Amino acid sequence: MSVAPTPGAPATGAPKKTSWTTRTREVAVENLPPEKLLPDSQPVYVASWIYVFGVASIASLIVIIASGSILALKGPAWWHYTGIGLFFNSTHLWAVELFFFVMVVHLWGKYWMAAWRGGRKRVWVTGAITFIVAIPCALTGYVSQQNFDSQWISTQAKDGLNSMGIGAFFNVTNFGQMYSYHVLLLPLAVVGLVTAHILLVRRHGVVPPFELDTARAGDAARAGDAARAGAASQSSPPERTPAPSGVERPSSAADGAPRS
Amino acid sequence: MSSVGTAVLGAVFNLNHPAHVVHWHFFQMSVSNILVIGLMLVVFALAIALPFPGAARRRESRS
Repeated sequence: MSVAPTPGAPATGAPKKTSWTTRTREVAVENLPPEKLLPDSQPVYVASWIYVFGVASIASLIVIIASGSILALKGPAWWHYTGIGLFFNSTHLWAVELFFFVMVVHLWGKYWMAAWRGGRKRVWVTGAITFIVAIPCALTGYVSQQNFDSQWISTQAKDGLNSMGIGAFFNVTNFGQMYSYHVLLLPLAVVGLVTAHILLVRRHGVVPPFELDTARAGDAARAGDAARAGAASQSSPPERTPAPSGVERPSSAADGAPRS
Repeated sequence: MSSVGTAVLGAVFNLNHPAHVVHWHFFQMSVSNILVIGLMLVVFALAIALPFPGAARRRESRS
């Protein structure tokens, strides 16, 4: 580790900081300065319901982790014989249902918004992989219920996985293995991916909506006017209609270029 | 839940039967899954169509 320079010493003669902590800090601050990591405000287009579902996914994930932690503390059989255990198990289940519901709506919104525009490819990819990893995370919960339902699901899944040739890599009828996957390995992956996803959103900014192409909008309006004018009077020339008010000219940021 | 509450809920939501399934040619899906997917589509459409509280005020204040 390098030694901190003496206060007041000339900067020109200072040794170059090469420790891993310094490099890590410099890279982190360069990519995610505090004003980007925790911004004061968001762009005006974020005031839309379609942007709510990402936050709703995080909120439901927090409930999943909290209720799942309590279930893990008390053991996998607790919910079978206590009312409070059943309550937390139900909370866990319905939080998962809500998580997938809002995550799918979030995914649809971002897909039709082409949220990978403007250098946001990694934002989209981490979100998509999170969705894919969350599926086995939930399914291993179904086979960890310790009841006839989990036995039925695990044996059916075992047949399906064997038929695909991947049954040798993991055993869905092995409760200990599936429970470890469900409470440790897959949640770690989901939380890690979600963290990376959020940090990337902070770095690149929320993707803006598509801007209306004013040239095409003007052509369409003129074509409509021409058709109406032609129907009313075939001899009179069509009037030029200005572009709809409130529509901005396409700018260089129309493709959702990342904020510097 | 008390036995009375369980009985009332059981009267409203009778789950003591095999799942209802929609089967049409190659398509086969439980009614509950179809309902959830349909609800997601409705919520998605509403999220696009409905105005967000305070959105107009924010646009005016920034313009």
